[in-house]
Formats: sequence, C-alpha cells, structure tokens
Amino acid sequence: MTAALRDALLSAAVALGLFAPLVGLAMDNGDQGLVLRTRPLAAGIMVALVFFGRLGMHLWVARPGREARAVRRSIAVPKAASKYIAPALLIAAVLLPLSGSRYYVDLATLVLTYIMLGWGLNIVVGLAGLLDLGYVAFYAVGAYSYALLAETFGLGFWTCLPLAGILAAFAGVLLGFPVLRLRGDYLAIVTLAFGEIVRVVLINWVDFTHGPNGITDIPRPTLFGLRFSNDEGSDTVAAFFGIEAQTIHRVVFLYYLILALALLTNWVTLRLRRLPLGRAWEALREDEIACRSLGIDVTKTKLTAFATGALFGGFAGAFFATRQAFISPESFTFIESATVLAIVVLGGLGSQLGVALAALVMVGGLEMLRDLLSTIGEHMGSELFSGLAGDLPTYRMLIFGLALVAMMVMRPRGLVSGRTATATLGRQDA
Amino acid sequence: MLSVADLTMRFGGLTAVDGLSFQARAGEITAVIGPNGAGKTTVFNCVTGFYRPTSGSIALIHAIGARFALERMSGHRIASRAKIARTFQNVRLFAGMTVLENLLVAQHNTLMAATGFGVLAVLGLGGYRAAEKAGMDKARRWLDRIGLLERADDPAGSLPYGDQRRLEIARAMCIDPVMLCLDEPAAGLNPRESEALNRLLLSIRADGCSLLLIEHDMAVVMRVSDHIVVLDHGQKIADGTPAEVRADPAVIAAYLGEDEEA
Amino acid sequence: MQQLINGITLGTIYGLIAVGYTMVYGIVGMINFAHGDIFMVGSFLSLIALLGLAALGVTSVPLALALTLIFAAGLAALYGWTVERIAYRPLRGSFRLAPLISAIGMSIVLQNFVQVGQGARVKPMDALIPGGIELMNQGGFAVQLSWMQIAIVATTLLVLAVFTWLVTATPLGRSMRACEQDIRMAGLLGIDTDRTIGLTFVIGAALAAVAGLLFLLYYGVIDFFIGFLAGVKAFTAAVLGGIGSLPGAVLGGLLIGLIEVFWSAYFSVAYKDVAAFAILILVLIFRPSGIMGRAEVEKV
Repeated sequence: MTAALRDALLSAAVALGLFAPLVGLAMDNGDQGLVLRTRPLAAGIMVALVFFGRLGMHLWVARPGREARAVRRSIAVPKAASKYIAPALLIAAVLLPLSGSRYYVDLATLVLTYIMLGWGLNIVVGLAGLLDLGYVAFYAVGAYSYALLAETFGLGFWTCLPLAGILAAFAGVLLGFPVLRLRGDYLAIVTLAFGEIVRVVLINWVDFTHGPNGITDIPRPTLFGLRFSNDEGSDTVAAFFGIEAQTIHRVVFLYYLILALALLTNWVTLRLRRLPLGRAWEALREDEIACRSLGIDVTKTKLTAFATGALFGGFAGAFFATRQAFISPESFTFIESATVLAIVVLGGLGSQLGVALAALVMVGGLEMLRDLLSTIGEHMGSELFSGLAGDLPTYRMLIFGLALVAMMVMRPRGLVSGRTATATLGRQDA
Repeated sequence: MLSVADLTMRFGGLTAVDGLSFQARAGEITAVIGPNGAGKTTVFNCVTGFYRPTSGSIALIHAIGARFALERMSGHRIASRAKIARTFQNVRLFAGMTVLENLLVAQHNTLMAATGFGVLAVLGLGGYRAAEKAGMDKARRWLDRIGLLERADDPAGSLPYGDQRRLEIARAMCIDPVMLCLDEPAAGLNPRESEALNRLLLSIRADGCSLLLIEHDMAVVMRVSDHIVVLDHGQKIADGTPAEVRADPAVIAAYLGEDEEA
Repeated sequence: MQQLINGITLGTIYGLIAVGYTMVYGIVGMINFAHGDIFMVGSFLSLIALLGLAALGVTSVPLALALTLIFAAGLAALYGWTVERIAYRPLRGSFRLAPLISAIGMSIVLQNFVQVGQGARVKPMDALIPGGIELMNQGGFAVQLSWMQIAIVATTLLVLAVFTWLVTATPLGRSMRACEQDIRMAGLLGIDTDRTIGLTFVIGAALAAVAGLLFLLYYGVIDFFIGFLAGVKAFTAAVLGGIGSLPGAVLGGLLIGLIEVFWSAYFSVAYKDVAAFAILILVLIFRPSGIMGRAEVEKV
C-alpha cells in the first residue's frame, strides 16, 4: 500500500512537471503580442487525476483472480460476436433510413465511408502487414479523378467510379513498385511522405486542381439516369415515381450507395482471403523470408495488396466527392490517414467485423460525443473552463491518439482478435 | 545435379566462403558439415538465392536437362523455376495460420495460375475449384505422411517444436522440388523425433528428390548421407562417403576432434 | 552565399532533431514518430518560459535564453521519458508494427494536447536578438549574417559538443553504445537496458527541445503543427546521413537544410516540402543505408 502510494505520488510529481507549464500556463493571442494567463486549477485537476488513476491502478492490479477473468473474457467475445453481431449490424444498417432522421442517415453515411476506407486499408495493413501511412493519398486520387473527369469531360458518376478506382490503383502500383522492397517501418515513412506529396501537389498545381480553393459543383450520382433534384425536369427521380421531391431521397440514396460499396469491399476481401492471393498476403505478413523460399514473388504479391487497397480507397474517394459536391486538399490530410489506420488497428488487424465496430465507435461514437461536448461546452460557461470549453471538439483527436496507444499497450491484436482459417479439412472431430 | 564451382562470398572484409567447389548428385543425400563459422549456412544461402555470391557459379541441372545458373537468380525464382526448396535453421512457419494453410501457401504458384489472375476466381468462375481440391489433397497426403493430419486446422505456431520442423519440411516439399535444402533439421530434436526425421528424409530421397543438408548432429549425418562435404574456414577440407570422411585425418583434426574434446 | 548561411542555420536545427531519431533507432530499432512533436512541445515550453521570464522582470537576453534553454530541455526530457515509459516500454517484444502505431498515437496525443492547452492559433514572438553583420555587398546584393544565426549555430555546436562527450566518454554513453550493438547481450552483462533506453529518449528529447527553442528564435512563429513537418524532415536527414550514425544525422540535417533553402530560392517555395519528401523516398530506394551508415546484411 505504501509502495503504491509512493508510486502514485511520483507519477503525480511527473504529471506536475508535464502539465504545469502547458496546461497551467496558457498563452493568449492578445492585442500586443502574447499574454500569459495562469490556470492552476486545470493543471491541478489533471495532476490529481494522474495521482488517483495510478493509485487506483495499483489497487486494481493487486486484486486476486483478475488475470484469469480477463483471459476468459477475451476468448468468449469474438466467438459470440462473429455469430450474431455482424448480421444484426447489417440488418440495422439496411433498416436505418426508415427512421427518417436525416441526422442519423448522414452520420451513418459518414461512418460507412470510414468503414469502407478501413476495410480497404485492412487489406494492406491487416492482411498483408504493410503499414501504409499515406492511404489518404489514394482516397484523394479517387476523389479528384471523379471531380476532374466530371468537370472536364462531363462524365457521370457511374462511368467515373470504376475509373477513379483504377486510377487510384494505378497510383498505388506507381508508388508501390519502387518502395515495396523497403522494410516495414521505412515503408510507413515513405507512404507518409507520398501522402504529403500528393496533398502539396493538389494545393500548388492550381491550373489542374484549382489549388486550395478546391473543386465545387461536382455532379451528384443518378439512379439509372434519373437525377435527384427539386427542379421540374422530367428526368428526376421524383417525376419518374410521381412523388414529391425531397432532399432526403438523395441522402438516403447516397447512404445505400455507400452501403453497397462498403459491402462490395467486404465481399471481395472475404473472397480474396480464401484464394491463394489472399493467403499469400497473410503469409507475407507472417514471414516474408519463408514466402520467398516457397517461390512467392514477394514484390508482386505486395503490389497486388497495395493496388487492391488503393482501388477501394479510390472508390471511397469518388463517393466522397459526389456526396460533398465539393473537395479541396484540406480533406486529405495526414490526420485522415491516421484516423483510418486507427480504425483498422483498433478493430484488430485483419478482422472485418472489428473494423466495422471500430469505425462505428471511433467515428459515429465520437461524432456524437463531439455534439454532446459542444453542448456541454456551451452550458459550462464558467470562467474555469472557458479556455477549455471552446476546444472541446478537438478532444476528439486527443481521445483517438490515447486510444491508439492504449490499444497497442493492452490488446495489440485488437478488439476482435479471433482469426478464421481460410480453409479447413472439415473433419468431423474438428 | 547441383554443381558449385569456385564459390566465394565476402561480407565487407570477412571471407565467409573461399573458392568452394563441390557437387551434389541427383537422387542422393549430400551433407555439408563443419565447425561453427565454417560458412555452411552462407553456402546454403547462396544456393537458395538469399545471398548473391561475390564470385563463382552455382548450377542446377534437372534430370530432363534444363540448366539453371542459380547465382544469377532471385530467391523466389530459384524456388519456383529451378525447384529448390529450403527450410531454415530457426523454423520459419506462418505461425498465425493453420497447418493446412501453411501447406496451401506453399502451392501458391500452382494455385494462383488456376485463378485466372485472381479476377475470375473472385467471381467464382474458372477452374479454380478443381485446382483447390487437388491442392487440398496434396496437403492431406503430406499431413498424413508427417503424422499431423489430426492437427490440420490448428495454428502452426501452437505445434510442438519437433512437429513444426516436420511441417516445415512438408511445406517445402509442397512446391514439388527437385532438391530440398535443409538447414540443421535435427537441431533441438529428441532422439525419437530425430529417428522419425531420418525416416522422413530417406523416404523423400526414395521419391527421387535430392537433398542437401547442413547438420551438426553427426549421428544423423553419418546414417543418412550418401556423400559428405566438410568445410572449415570457408574452404573444403574433405569430400567423400561417410566412411571416407570419418577416416580423413584433416576432418578429425578440424571437426570431429573438436567434438570429442567437448 | 546568403542561401548557404540560411541553409546551414536551418540545417543545424534539423540536425539536432535528427540526432534524436537516429539515437533511438540505433538502440531500439524503432522510428520514434512522436519525436517531432517533442520538438514542438520544446518550442512551446521555450515560448512559455520566455514570456514567464519577461513577466518576472528578467531583462538580460543571454540570461533569459540560458534559463529558457535549461527549462525547456529539462521539461521536454520529462516528456520524452514519459512517452517512452507509457507508449513504448510495454511494447518491447511485441509484434513489429506495434511500437510504430503506438508512436503515431502518441504524436496525435501531443499535438492535440498542445492544441487544447494552448489554442490552435499561431504564436508569434518578437525577435529577441536583432541586427547582424553585413559580410559583403556586391552591386546591391548584400550578404547578411544575423546575430541570431550566429547564436543558433553556436548553440548547436556547443550542445553537440556536450552530447558527443556524453556519448563517447561517460559510462552512460558506453552502455548506450553497448545496447546499440546487441541489446540482449548488454542486458546479460548487467547493463540496465530499460534505464539506458529511457535516458536515450531523455537526451533525444532535450536536444529536440533545444532545436525547438532555436526554431522559435529563428522563425518567431510557432503552432502546434510544426512538429509534423520538422519531424519528417529531420527523419529524412537521419536516413540521408545513415540511420544510427550520429555524425551522419548532423550532416544529413545540414544537407536537408541547404537543399530546402536552395530549392526555395531557385525553384519554387511551394514545392520545398515535396523536395524534402522526394529526397527521402529516393534515398530509401537507392541507398537505404545513407551516407555514413553501415549496409545491413539480412540474417536468414
């Protein structure tokens, strides 16, 4: 107990050193340069949190029987999960628009976009074990491909969707060809650099991409040639079905579109896993040298993983462009790559259901939390938190980062860590 | 037949293999032995394409006459074209994948060819199903042969060490090699497992596959080898049948003598 | 000539950060992704210290700078230690991408922590050391060497000298080099590897904080996002110099600084970051062991 207390005090002292200057003292941009303002209470609260957190941890760890329970729990969850949660989620996803709430459909569309990106990146990181920190580049290539093709040649969404995917995959091959020989962590940094290069080029190549202003008025997708519009034309969905034109129709249509795209990603991934290609990806993740000794062309196999991941990133990008009707380089920062990576990692590298759950929690949950925090922030107009309250939405990324670290430290194999074999002998006793 | 001529491998200033020449005849078990640091594993890595030799040539001639200059081929081509399979000193299985999957990955090139570049098979078209069935059958035969049929669906990493070694050999054999290279296959095995390994090696030879093995365990080497090459300090000091090598004074001085002291 | 001076000044800052990358990589074999953000934290700590000292009535610029240096380096070292303790130490021996992912998480945490604590707006600061000397003046082209630049380069040299002494001549340096060679063997020989690794992070963070202070002095503007770009460039410098090699890191830093400045001057400012990234990719592809690094032989 005394040892625990001493350790907690020590942690609190460290926390004091960490938080006293950066939390306890705030620099405000005043009229005559920066003004220093003290916030002793905020710093004090954080130090106290560390102290009691550490103390609590010691007491918790000291409790007997904890280990055994934890082990049992982690085994029980995935089995039950994969059986019931996935179909339940799918049914909920299909039925969701019936709720008629625009807020939820919009939110779900956002979540599904991230699920699709997560599944796409999962092919690269989860299956093939290649850490790609520049996935957003392929997302950007897809989005800009669609926007520019539509703008320049007047092509429709359905023509551009495959093109956007192919162009993104092509970008993947182009990047992958020289760099895939690199070791894991070097590859990560190079993909990061590539992502930044793409963004900087998008900002600066004004003639081609319209630079930081982005591209506006990107055409919306059509339903078998029918437009979603409020105007009087005869080729609108509303006119065809003889119903009143409402914006919600388009919102719901876009929702089902991304649902279909995400399910396509999932289906292809699950198929590929059971094929030699997918198996080779996983083998590559397990041991590259052994793969080479078995006659597998490592570079080519990595390249296919990279290109396949990029393909779906491109699809998602085209969808993003058509949904927003506006894109700019701002949407394709490293934070996006990190967010998608976080989803894949938290979901458990390689697990499809895990990725979906992680996206649901990390994007949907945090988006709701953001709204909640903003509301709380407005109500808590007290002087103490006035500085912090304004920044409440940015806590979101803070939680993201903390979750990423906590996940790696506590459950490096992810939330849903059960792996299903891609082939079994199907013996009776198995 | 494998023929190594004037093979030299330098790492910076260190010469690991120095002008080595030897031959491994088809259908035989050839062992490369020598004290620690003699350059055995380096020779091995040159033959299997993991190192590119500084100079010299390594040629493999198939029974049908095709000739492969291994010193110019990359690792995966040596496995897929020249059909040389290998195992590793510290077992390298795909630990997270099942035993069966390990054997299926080894048939990657055959199965991949049947998928029509992946696209057809994703859609469930083409002749992939038949190819997969053949692959499963082959895996099943090998599992039966190494006695691991019961554990086909368990993760490879959960097997006992001896089973992992045999699985690695079975996996290497799934690429249908003309030559199998084994890097210390008996290391860490108990006598019973070692005995099972001997039988496995002899049965592989009986199938017509040549074997090249590096080994410390003299009992295994003397019992199964047809031909032994002894290395010391990167150079060949003896070459012959087990009986000849055993009688060679240079070998006794360099290697066997050392063993007796220990 | 002017570009040369500017390039060297910028390069020394990158070099200081790069040393931290290279040191950690040499010993633990991981890319400390959060290192750039430690640099950023260092520059924020410096700015806070300078403001605080001004408020306390310290008017002597050299004294203020010296105190700030100690304050920022000390606290950033604490950050470095904490990051290692929380995010990396528990992961030693985990699968190979785990520490990198954890490091990315830590980088996000630090960035947003500073953003939440100090606000997202850029923090400007008046030049502390104004003036300079004009080296030559030819037909209207003046070559300026500001006192600031002299101070930056001098500080860097001083810090690097202390650091070199630390690594080559002290028991700590010896255990660090031992861990670099073979960490398990070093552990068996009675070196407290956890402590050595922790201290490596501490030293790296302190150097990054010095770089943070110099960056603040040089540009006069900081925000919570500077760590990302500076981090990637410093990492490029470390790779260019040969990762694991300390003199290589400084050399790489100088080269990156020069390339960036010359590129901005003669080609386009807009693409200066692209130049740095492109160099990183090219170096990794064609000469992954860098200028002064050792070529690694893959063990099979």
